[in-house]
Amino acid sequence: MTHFKELITRNLSARSRRRKATNAIILSLTGLVTLLALIPLFWIVGYVILRGGRSINPALFTQLPRPMGVEGGGVLHAIEGTLIITILAASFAIPPGVLAAFYATRNPNTPLGIILRFSTDVLSGVPSIVIGLFAYAVMVKPMGHYSGLAGGVALAILMLPTIIRTTEEMLKLVPQNLREGSLALGAPEWKTSMSVLLPAAANGVITGFLLAIARAAGETAPLLFTALGNERFDVGMILRSGVQAGQSVWQIIGRIVNQPVDSLPLTLWKYAQQPFPERVEQSWAVAFVLIFFVLLINIAARLWIESRKRRLQG
Amino acid sequence: MHILTNYQHHTNDNSPINIDIVNLSVYYGKFRALAEINLQVHEKQITAIIGPSGCGKSTLLRSFNRMNDLTPSAHTEGEIRLDGQDINATGIDVVDIRRRIGMVFQRPNPFPKSIYDNVAYGPRLYGVHRRSDLDGIVENSLRQAALWDEIKDKLHQSGLSISGGQQQRLCIARALAVEPDVILMDEPASALDPISTLRIEELMHDLVKNYTIIIVTHNMQQAARVSDYTAMMMIDEQRAGNIIEYGKTDVIFTNPKDKRTEDYVTGRFG
Repeated sequence: MTHFKELITRNLSARSRRRKATNAIILSLTGLVTLLALIPLFWIVGYVILRGGRSINPALFTQLPRPMGVEGGGVLHAIEGTLIITILAASFAIPPGVLAAFYATRNPNTPLGIILRFSTDVLSGVPSIVIGLFAYAVMVKPMGHYSGLAGGVALAILMLPTIIRTTEEMLKLVPQNLREGSLALGAPEWKTSMSVLLPAAANGVITGFLLAIARAAGETAPLLFTALGNERFDVGMILRSGVQAGQSVWQIIGRIVNQPVDSLPLTLWKYAQQPFPERVEQSWAVAFVLIFFVLLINIAARLWIESRKRRLQG
Repeated sequence: MHILTNYQHHTNDNSPINIDIVNLSVYYGKFRALAEINLQVHEKQITAIIGPSGCGKSTLLRSFNRMNDLTPSAHTEGEIRLDGQDINATGIDVVDIRRRIGMVFQRPNPFPKSIYDNVAYGPRLYGVHRRSDLDGIVENSLRQAALWDEIKDKLHQSGLSISGGQQQRLCIARALAVEPDVILMDEPASALDPISTLRIEELMHDLVKNYTIIIVTHNMQQAARVSDYTAMMMIDEQRAGNIIEYGKTDVIFTNPKDKRTEDYVTGRFG
């Protein structure tokens, strides 16, 4: 063994020991930090389940609020409101969002494409309360009153950048030769986009939609100036009176979206600051429902995607 | 030569010209990718385009159905006459060109739809919506692509659920479903195993009775086995693609005039 080789091998084993030690330290550090990061998550979810679980009862889902200080009652109005506002927001945001994403994928370097990318970035950074204020100015002010419709518009603006960005990313992942296969059959570009590219990207695109919807469903600030809140909101009554009066489906829908409405986060926020213990308890229950609502959306998305994968891969 | 074997079908010198290329040049921006190509493609014959990588084979193939239109910087000079009519002339509908000239790609690219919907995609584009009509077209196309017997019981399964070789034949069926005159094949077997490759070659042999086929291939034996005519491409000093020799496949492979063709087909370079 030469002198140098001896030197090198001796150093090697020393280095190796040091390397292993460093590895162990870094690994345990990252593990520890991961645990730290998980603490708030489990704390929040656990605490909400514990506190909110106590006040969960069937009445919460089936009854309207009782007057302040009176025991019992539920938050049916807020559950209905959340559904209405999110459905409105999704139907306002998804069609233009998808079309814009198609434009951005096909024309990334045109002036309009660049402006689009830049403005989605800016829009996704705008504080949600500012968006609420904007919807107030363009919807509530001209209409003369607060409404679920205005709330839907505010949430739609909030969802738009997420939908454009995720759809665009997913469309970019579709192999170019699928597009060419369709075009080579003589299909026009729009047909190719709608019936080949969109289905091919569907899993990711739908996940993007649901993430955007879940995020919007939990927003409070944009609704403060738009949907406002309405403890007497009652879809059942609107339906019954509408049918009795012989109103058309569109008239009834118009009446539903045209009045102020509560949502789960809005109710949570208001109930939590009221001086009545049963309302505070109910606000915990609402937090619980909200978390499970979002969870449900996520689970539904996963199941749907799994079944689609199985169908496609055979 | 033993590679010139089994299914060389009878070449007919008098078979009419289906596509006549006159002084075709294709540019990508300022770069000339194809220079002054002249080529006469015979009807109901298989024409192979061979040559080393980057010599413009695919560019040439993609000129036939104007797929180069999709590259914004590309532009074309010269004429490609399909039955006497220049396909790049103003007033010619690119959709009509692509219906008459189908294309099969290097990698099987079935759409994420059922086998049935894959084949019915083209006919539906052209306004065929009656179920009974579509059923007939789908069965007929799959039979022509020699796929019907294997998948007739799973027409409503995903087109992605079948093997790679079957997927490629599905893509051929999809191209056949719009009743083209010409089928372009861009290395249709290069992503397939030898047995699937053989089946594609047999299929081409059957299809050429009714269709004009133009195939780009890197596989010399394949060109020799399946084609009736062969065009040998090469790049010139300006790196633009040229056809240096074109003729009957047996002549190109056994008695080429150009030294470069001889070197290439005998595997001395390329």
